[in-house]
Amino acid sequence: MSDPKLTTLGHDETGAGTVTPPAEESADVAGTQNSLWSDAWRQLRRNVLFWIGATLGLLFVLIALFPKVFARGADPRDCSLSLSGQAPSAEHWFGFDQQGCDYMANVAFGARNSLIIGLLAVAVILVLGVLVGALSGFFGGLVDSLLSRVADIFYALPLILGALVVLRSGFLGRGVVAVAIALAAFGWMTAMRLVRSQVIAVKSSDYVAAARAMGASNSRILVRHILPNAVAPVLVYATITVGVLIAAEATLTFLGVGLQRPAISWGLQIDAGQRLLRTAPHLVLFPSLILTMTVMAFVMMGDALRDALDPRQRS
Amino acid sequence: MSTASASVPYAPGRGGSGPVLEVQDLRVQFRTDSGLVNAVNGVSYTVSEGETVAILGESGSGKSVSAQAIMGILDMPPAEITSGRIMFEGRDLLTAPAEEQRKVRGPGISMIFQDALSSLNPVYSVGFQIGEMFRAHRGTSRKEAKKLAVELMDRVRIPAAAQRVNDYPHQFSGGMRQRVMIAMAIALDPRILIADEPTTALDVTVQAQVMDLLKDLQRDTGMGLVLITHDLGVVNEVADNVAVMYAGRIVERGTVDDVFGNPAHPYTEGLMASIPMLEAKGGRLQPIGGQPPNLSSIPSGCPFHPRCPKRRLGADALPGRHCAEDVPPLRLVVPGREAACHYSEEVLGV
Repeated sequence: MSDPKLTTLGHDETGAGTVTPPAEESADVAGTQNSLWSDAWRQLRRNVLFWIGATLGLLFVLIALFPKVFARGADPRDCSLSLSGQAPSAEHWFGFDQQGCDYMANVAFGARNSLIIGLLAVAVILVLGVLVGALSGFFGGLVDSLLSRVADIFYALPLILGALVVLRSGFLGRGVVAVAIALAAFGWMTAMRLVRSQVIAVKSSDYVAAARAMGASNSRILVRHILPNAVAPVLVYATITVGVLIAAEATLTFLGVGLQRPAISWGLQIDAGQRLLRTAPHLVLFPSLILTMTVMAFVMMGDALRDALDPRQRS
Repeated sequence: MSTASASVPYAPGRGGSGPVLEVQDLRVQFRTDSGLVNAVNGVSYTVSEGETVAILGESGSGKSVSAQAIMGILDMPPAEITSGRIMFEGRDLLTAPAEEQRKVRGPGISMIFQDALSSLNPVYSVGFQIGEMFRAHRGTSRKEAKKLAVELMDRVRIPAAAQRVNDYPHQFSGGMRQRVMIAMAIALDPRILIADEPTTALDVTVQAQVMDLLKDLQRDTGMGLVLITHDLGVVNEVADNVAVMYAGRIVERGTVDDVFGNPAHPYTEGLMASIPMLEAKGGRLQPIGGQPPNLSSIPSGCPFHPRCPKRRLGADALPGRHCAEDVPPLRLVVPGREAACHYSEEVLGV
């Protein structure tokens, strides 16, 4: 068995294996070990989709933080009825609304509420989803049955309908936080199911058994194997959901149960604009356009993140 | 008997010349909806330094379950270890505190699995996963762990290790993945390596390479190797001693040459007859008749008796040696040979 020919035979297997040409980064043996996240980031950096999404996302965050800058000096509440419904011009890019307020200023100031609701609701969804899903998947049995049935009950009510009922009942009020909570309350179940199924799959996987056989502690298995595999899909889902929830907020507001005047939001603007669609179509066009772009930005980032977090998707 | 802390790296030759691993009367049951399944029914064996013990058996004979019991990766429940001891360097792992057991696994006893792809975490590079052994057990820095991972990949003969250390499991071929798995398993110089069907998922030429690698590594490190397999060819090639399992019991044990050359149990004899032989080309293979036993209702007496061509029932049987009633104990038949058959002498022809 110690035949030197066999050693060379071992090396010959390269020819049969799926050998990829060594990438330029992988040659740095002296470097430290790459974690899942640093590898994902390297992959993300090369994705055009991610950069488009991130640039748009960043732009909208900046608008939300500093609306004054993007309003080009105009005050959204400084209105003059004589300018009511004026079409876009070189001076006022988005024109004026029915009250004669600068529309660009209004759309810029609307970004803050929309983004806060989207991000806040997703944060609540993430916390609820990961917590309930992990408990459910990890313990299984009665705990799992109980929590899964609770999720089913919430699933029975569609997101918009559920939030509508909660907001109509009035005990949360009608502010930004109320809308975010109402949306999160009926939007956490998918995240929970994602985490639950991932935890169950990873818990019984061969590589967890292998890790255990090689002396990995429970906490190491949780941190190294269960969490990264469970959190990656839910993170992707969350990014996409930010966009969906911003659209849902606009829907609720449009239906008259979300934010209320004098709050400024894209939903309110679309609602007000649709009555004047024939005389002043720009009142619907601009907030809808910005809303669509915001949703798209988050969906694109989510897509790119999904590709980056799955090594099998990498080229 | 060594009582040194398990976190100390094991050096070959420590702990005297006695067996490193000693499994005594291990019994494992599974509680299922359709009743109790007796997967392992009193298995005992020992592994010494540098020794290769093959556990040979068909699917469902309990060979993998006994290995999983040693590694502490049985799902309990439904599994339950109802009796037995697993002595590693003189300490019983089954009664040791969980933390102590965990410290033995990796540096003391390690394991490689049948399906290397599913045994590697898809989201980490292979280098990271090999390096994890050092980081987890020795607190090595990431940089140092990566260097050690490359060294190990060289040692298991993965070509261009330095370039491939950052690649992911799915980018490797089956044989290379198994090498990565082996690299992880030997990272901490274990005294015992359990290989659970290490070559079953590989094609024949790669099988031979992986087995040669395991043998070479064993020669270098002096570790004991437990080879769990249903492949008679692999056993013949690499093992020193073989234990043949049937229905959760060891039915025959001895050196590979003895057992394969002249079986002392009708089951082993049946296995040998079912090997395709070059000289018998064109002839029919002789399979063992009947079905492997249902482990939730193992036949009374000798579990092999319904399929045994040499069984003795009724008036044919000698007193106390009725094949359908009396369970044959594993006994010394001739020096160095143990078999669990009432009529081993007859089977052997001595």
